[in-house]
Amino acid sequence: MYVFSAIIILTLLGLALGLSLGIAAKYLKVESDPLVERVEALMPGSQCGQCGFPGCRPAAEAVVLGAAPVTLCPPGGSALVEQLAKLLGVDVDLSQTKDAEPMVARVSEDTCTGCTRCFKVCPTDAIVGAPKQIHAVVADACIGCAKCVAVCPTECLQMHPIDVTLREWRWHKPQLAAA
Amino acid sequence: MFEFLENPKFRGGIHAEEHKAETCDKPIATNLPLPKKLYIPVQQHVGKPAEPIVKVGEHVLKGQLLAYSQGTISAPVHAPSSGVILDVQDFPAPHPSALPIRTIVIETDGEEKWFKYAIPEKPFELAPEEICLRVGGAGVVGLGGAVFPSAVKLNLGRKNQIHTLLINAGECEPYLTCDDLLMQERAVEIIGGIRLMLRGMNAPKAIVGIEDNKARAFSEMTEASKNFPEISVVQVPTRYPMGWDRQMLRYLTGKEIPADGRATDVGVIIHNVATANAVYQAVCLSKPLISRVMTVSGGAVSKPQNVEVLIGTLMSEVLAFCDVENEKLARLIMGGPMMGEVLPHADVPVVKASSGILALSHEDIFEPEVKPCIRCSSCVTACPVGLLPLEMASRIKANKLDAAVDLGLKDCISCGSCSYVCPSNIPLVHYFKFASGELFSRQQREHKAEQTKRLAKNRTNRMERIKAEAEEDARRVMEARAARQAAEAKAQEENA
Amino acid sequence: MNIKPISSPHVSSARRVDDIMKKVILALLPALGFGIFLFGWSALFLTMVTVLSALFFEAVCLKLKGSTIESYLRDGSVIVTGLLVAMTLPPYAPWWIGVVGSGLAIILGKHVYGGLGQNLFNPAMLARVALLISFPIEMTTWVNVSPFFTGLDILESFKITFSGVEISDAITGATTLGFVKTGFSQAQLLPDLLNDYSGFLAFIGWERGSLGETSTLLILLGGIWLMRQGIIQWFIPVSLLASVTFLSTLFNLIDSTHYLSAWVHLNSGALMLVAFFIATDYVTSPNTPLGQLIFGTGCGVLIFVIRSWGGYPEGTGFAVLLMNSVTPLIDHYIRPRIYGRTRDGKPIEGG
Repeated sequence: MYVFSAIIILTLLGLALGLSLGIAAKYLKVESDPLVERVEALMPGSQCGQCGFPGCRPAAEAVVLGAAPVTLCPPGGSALVEQLAKLLGVDVDLSQTKDAEPMVARVSEDTCTGCTRCFKVCPTDAIVGAPKQIHAVVADACIGCAKCVAVCPTECLQMHPIDVTLREWRWHKPQLAAA
Repeated sequence: MFEFLENPKFRGGIHAEEHKAETCDKPIATNLPLPKKLYIPVQQHVGKPAEPIVKVGEHVLKGQLLAYSQGTISAPVHAPSSGVILDVQDFPAPHPSALPIRTIVIETDGEEKWFKYAIPEKPFELAPEEICLRVGGAGVVGLGGAVFPSAVKLNLGRKNQIHTLLINAGECEPYLTCDDLLMQERAVEIIGGIRLMLRGMNAPKAIVGIEDNKARAFSEMTEASKNFPEISVVQVPTRYPMGWDRQMLRYLTGKEIPADGRATDVGVIIHNVATANAVYQAVCLSKPLISRVMTVSGGAVSKPQNVEVLIGTLMSEVLAFCDVENEKLARLIMGGPMMGEVLPHADVPVVKASSGILALSHEDIFEPEVKPCIRCSSCVTACPVGLLPLEMASRIKANKLDAAVDLGLKDCISCGSCSYVCPSNIPLVHYFKFASGELFSRQQREHKAEQTKRLAKNRTNRMERIKAEAEEDARRVMEARAARQAAEAKAQEENA
Repeated sequence: MNIKPISSPHVSSARRVDDIMKKVILALLPALGFGIFLFGWSALFLTMVTVLSALFFEAVCLKLKGSTIESYLRDGSVIVTGLLVAMTLPPYAPWWIGVVGSGLAIILGKHVYGGLGQNLFNPAMLARVALLISFPIEMTTWVNVSPFFTGLDILESFKITFSGVEISDAITGATTLGFVKTGFSQAQLLPDLLNDYSGFLAFIGWERGSLGETSTLLILLGGIWLMRQGIIQWFIPVSLLASVTFLSTLFNLIDSTHYLSAWVHLNSGALMLVAFFIATDYVTSPNTPLGQLIFGTGCGVLIFVIRSWGGYPEGTGFAVLLMNSVTPLIDHYIRPRIYGRTRDGKPIEGG
């Protein structure tokens, strides 16, 4: 007899609590910031397309829906992964992510014909020049998206790793044999 | 509450093998042969690099200005000897990477002919501003290793009306004895420099803190300062890192500098003892900072000693002077063994920051394999700042840098106490240096990302504008054409 | 320039993990040696079986993880665990108790968490508690004091340890704590229960008990030596022993017929071993002095509570495991004050 009363009481309790939770979820809902916008704000915003999406907004939508991993954005690097993982509450093994070596485009002056195709596609206006003039890349503004390399008819645009100077030199991460 | 658990005057620290006996009772050698070439980097200080004003082929005199300081935080550099400017080129810097830095190369003529500067008759009666100006003009920077332009600090002290000048003569790094020797041999000059600094800052008193393992330096300094009641010379216990300026301040005054502030917030300015000597030379003798005393020591050095070296001399020449046995040499370090930086080779110039060169042998650097952390918390006990090195390192290992920052990574002073005591030989300081560098890069990347966003937006706006204008033009053309056609039609009609 | 530079500092102290472990082993030896002397050959056999099986399990685990076996086995931390497990066992326990104990300590206590330095609970205490719950008879058969040459000879001892010979009731009895607990349940009162008790013999360790736990004196000496060597700090042992002493004295003053005096508490069971060697385990205790004081006090209070009012006569194992589980919490909230900051991490006011 006790067993039955216990079962009944617990069932009723469960139903009552479940109902109240359901009501609370419906009426006391906290309006959160639209997640997609917050994700988009974290992203580089250069619409470079390296993630395979046509721009940062579609990429942000995909990340929020879970259709793309938080590690999708190469220019964002591990810093972005860390921020996205925190925002979306996903667990990412950050020790496995590796930042791609930053690259910049460079114009080879021998083969540039001044065709102006490259600076028309550059998303950050990092290429300067005029028709029939040799173009040049402003390294500070170049984001390494390589769109210009694709359109260059003479292959005079190539990606190069950024030269490390004394100011930019950093300690590497300690490599451990053990553990 | 629970403050009884922490020593209010000194927290943590270590006592490493001192290795000071090898050099601390030999006189400073001043007979280093004049090098054929001198390599003078234009940046040997914190702040903006100096801008060269000499031309290739020009003849310069000893002490002549080579590059002038740019901006408020900067310092000039001077010719360490007379000779001809060979080149202004990129040359390896005394840095772990040995990456190039802009360097002025002088071929010495061996005449050592001085550039004539006017020597003030009554240096101790100069106006405070004048003293600061002369100190700045002589290129004096903090010689303890921080190389912050001294004149900037003096001006800061005067403007903030500090009450105490603290002279840091801790020299807590093992092996190094250059400050010790300087105090033993040039105590009178140093006291003169301290008086000038006090005058330059309008400060009423100075305290000189010397570690109690330097008895002779202490007695020389006490003797030299006895006629100047405003200067007190005191002994502090020998414990690394007593020479961390904030630690020295805590020990002598019981006060701490706020984490987001500087020493002037508690009414103090801290200068290194060797800087005081350089100030004396700059003001009383009008000698710019063109040489410094440095310790040459370590297991691979046959004649360890302190040497007065011209700035720009190649380290290899100094090492040769002290008979380094190359077969014994395991690691070359600029500075002390706790915080000094490793150098990949000795063909880099001596700079204002070089307090020592250590040629360590394999016996000096004992490096067993790295083992897992056993959480013995020796590092927590040893940390003079009050951080949790083991926790920070484990976060950084997992690339969780923000978590490491929350634990206080930015308060780390890289003193090396934690790595020193770690029984598992975990390179804790290396982790922290890596993380700090990585955070800085991230900041730069973020900055760049913002710039990218701005550029991309500009471009999008421009594209839209061009498109709109093109449409506008097209519309106008269409309209014009329509109007013309209409006019023509009308004309035809009229004609017809 | 592909050579990766080495970071400062370029010198290090001579103290290494293996030195620390060697010193801990050395500090354990007097108490262990006394235990072996006190209980004869069986104690020696049990110790050997336990330590060797601990080494074996460690080697197997490391092999499965694919790490280098040699350097880890040599650092001595496994031997410390094995010795501690052995020292908490009843001296006439059969060999498989030792083996199971080692297995529990090394596999469940350490490697499932990821190996050295990763475990949440003290491996030796985990093994002890698991054994006590699983094998209550074997774990509470306490043999009388029977030193070498007076007790069983080597062959009989060998049989006791390895072939499960029944231990005759004539040579066993209860520990002080167990005896008192049983006595209370039969409505007996205190001064009478301790008629045969000698405080002095308990202090030097001449009493029934676990293999290496009986001698307060020798464990105390080993522990003080470790403190002087700088291997352990005073915070945990002192706060633990002080809290037990304080509580037992307080309750003993209130009702001396139901509460044991501090002296009996301090000289009974695993208290001394736990205070100096188990609770001070680096991995499972907090990092900061204040945290360690809280940890030690918590252990002491729990020990007293379980001993006085719990179902088991001895509560050290449970107390340590419970406090182990809150160590991460203590470490999260108790942090050292950073230079130039207040305890909650804000920069101090300039002055």
